[in-house]
Amino acid sequence: MSNNLKILWHQGKQFIPDITTAQVPGIFRGRPVISSEDVDLAALEDLCPTHAIRINPVGIDMGKCTFCGECAMQFPNKIKFTKDYKLSATARGNLIIREGDENPLLINPDEIRKEIHRVFGKSLKLRQVSAGGDNSCEMELNAVNNVQFDMSRFGIEFVASPRHADGIVITGPITKNMTRPLQICYDAIPDPKLIILAGTDAISGGIFADSPAIDRRFLSAHSIDLFVPGNPIHPLTFINGILALTGRL
Amino acid sequence: MTSSETTYKIRNNQSVPLDRIPTYDYSEFRVLMIDLLKNGENHCVNYFAYQCNNRLQFIACVASDSKAIIHLLAHEMDLSATVALQSLTADIPALHLFEREIHENFGIAFTAHPWLKPVRFAHNRKNKTAINDYPFYSIKSEELHEVGVGPIHAGIIEPGHFRFICNGENVLHLEIQLGWQHRGIEELFVQKKKILERSTLAENIAGDTCIGHSTAFVNLWEGLCNYVPDESLEFARTIASELERIAIHTGDLSAICADIAYQLGNAVFGRLRTPIVNFFQEWGGNRLAKGLIRAGKINYPFTPELATRLLEILKVYEIDFDEISAKLFNLPSALNRMENIGEISPKEAYIIGTVGMVARTSGLNRDIRSSHPYNLYQKMDHQPIIKQTGDVHARAELRVDEIKQSIAYLRQLLNKVPASKQPEDHQFVSPANSFAISLTEGWRGEICHCAITDDKGELLAYKIKDPSHHNWMALAQVVRKNEISDFPICNKSFNLSYCGHDL
Ligand code: SF4
Repeated sequence: MSNNLKILWHQGKQFIPDITTAQVPGIFRGRPVISSEDVDLAALEDLCPTHAIRINPVGIDMGKCTFCGECAMQFPNKIKFTKDYKLSATARGNLIIREGDENPLLINPDEIRKEIHRVFGKSLKLRQVSAGGDNSCEMELNAVNNVQFDMSRFGIEFVASPRHADGIVITGPITKNMTRPLQICYDAIPDPKLIILAGTDAISGGIFADSPAIDRRFLSAHSIDLFVPGNPIHPLTFINGILALTGRL
Repeated sequence: MTSSETTYKIRNNQSVPLDRIPTYDYSEFRVLMIDLLKNGENHCVNYFAYQCNNRLQFIACVASDSKAIIHLLAHEMDLSATVALQSLTADIPALHLFEREIHENFGIAFTAHPWLKPVRFAHNRKNKTAINDYPFYSIKSEELHEVGVGPIHAGIIEPGHFRFICNGENVLHLEIQLGWQHRGIEELFVQKKKILERSTLAENIAGDTCIGHSTAFVNLWEGLCNYVPDESLEFARTIASELERIAIHTGDLSAICADIAYQLGNAVFGRLRTPIVNFFQEWGGNRLAKGLIRAGKINYPFTPELATRLLEILKVYEIDFDEISAKLFNLPSALNRMENIGEISPKEAYIIGTVGMVARTSGLNRDIRSSHPYNLYQKMDHQPIIKQTGDVHARAELRVDEIKQSIAYLRQLLNKVPASKQPEDHQFVSPANSFAISLTEGWRGEICHCAITDDKGELLAYKIKDPSHHNWMALAQVVRKNEISDFPICNKSFNLSYCGHDL
């Protein structure tokens, strides 16, 4: 027993007191900013592995970007990745960062379904479905609940059964083989319910976007409540996105 | 004629013109394979078929664990031929999944294969069995019941279906049905021609083994294109490989504690993973090291400042890690849940063809870092840690010992940080009609990538084999005679990849 207490003592304080202002260490690649510098646009557009870069004007679609950093490496004066991890959006189009956009990404409460704040504002239970996810977003979603990030302090938790859930968090590009289990799981969640896409693969298919082994029709048949970019998502991106969605920020 | 003269011998990360690989009639090929694989020092690291014009080419890669060479041999057949091939599985059970894959993809009938079932329900497969019609083994009995779990599981993990046949609480049989994660990644390697696209694919084969797979890809590509990486690249890849091992093993220890309801261990190991993955972010901007490993360059060079920082992190990590490890392995209630649970004997482990951690905890000395060294492992005298009991306890303890070993390697390597060049894109030119192979030892075990080029030097086929390929069958076997309530802890102690298997 005293031994256990000693171990506990040695861990010190691990939890992040304020999840909304925490700084991430090192050189995190978060929200990009794009300058107006003249560069070889064709070369810039061509280098991106997932066609996330568009030109005239230059923009980066964070729903397609794998955050590989290659564009910033080759065009350092044109593109920079900031350490801002608040990347989530409620509308797909808001994930596109254009030349000159420097402001943080804000979630506009008017774009959120009215009942979300009322029904899920104090407690939210989520069911996770990996549909071709590569286990990187899955690992980070597990980390969301470790002692450091501790999302459950907000009453937001992952649950084992869709019957107990208020919404579904999808990772992966949605393989053909997972379309039926995904639909069954979604149908088993009682109304009203949320759909959250976590990670580049889920939002756009990522590097798998043109694979014949995926089938993304589930997504066009439903409206998506939250897009959380990242490859994988950072736990802080996910938690801050959910807090904003449920009107907790 | 002995088989040592009848195969083409290649080393890790080398390439060879395709026409140098001896091609046999199937009956001769079969005899040679049995001859090679009856030798306990050899094991098959890849055996696959690919289509070239109207022919189906088969290549087998059999690694010698004692001589650092890989035997290559081939057979071929007309695509329209309907001949059945006599299965090798009855003689060499470890080949069962390779044959199943060839059967599923190309419709080749293997006679006398005991378990010729679908593998991953690939989108372009020849055998069109639907994923919902998988032919599960069943036993008709009033005493027995079946338990189906998945594809979606209770936790945040990838999908797979487990079908148990139980007698009361005891598991008689488990069959694991995979394929839900199939993304067609091998075909995408061929379709996508840019090296950055392929590096991105390699990082996504199994996101939990980003370093293991992306290093296999870049080592293969550099070997194929005759590019010799400088020491700083080899250094970075070796450091990253050991860091990935520490990070995932630590996370696994946390998850094992969760499955035996040991909350303190779960919390402490869980939080100890964070400084390691955060170091990856400090180094390369991503907690799982995506974007770090590139062919012919590194965008985020490893600096002496990073070395100092990592040494500090390891020092702090190790104190708390040692403390909680000592606690876990002296706690009777924890030991009771790990000892003699999910056992696999050395003989079974050998017959199934296990690799990596599962092999090493059942007395098999299989570790690519020592048997086919690559990167800086070529200069290190790596001695694999071997355990004999093959149970959950051994697999948990191995992780602790391997973490300690990795920390020692890192300290040794960090003594001298080689200077890095400015990152520059090298124009790789891949030779025509060639075969290349790369093996790495990811944290789970042996990873094998093979590439084949056509007469223009373009990729014709890319084959990926995650260690999970070999080890899933071992998991299905170990739960027999165990209580079904011990399945989660058995599963966690293996921690196999679904997407790495389904590709
Ligand atoms: S960082 Fe994003 S936008 Fe830039 S090249 Fe990589 S994937 Fe494309």
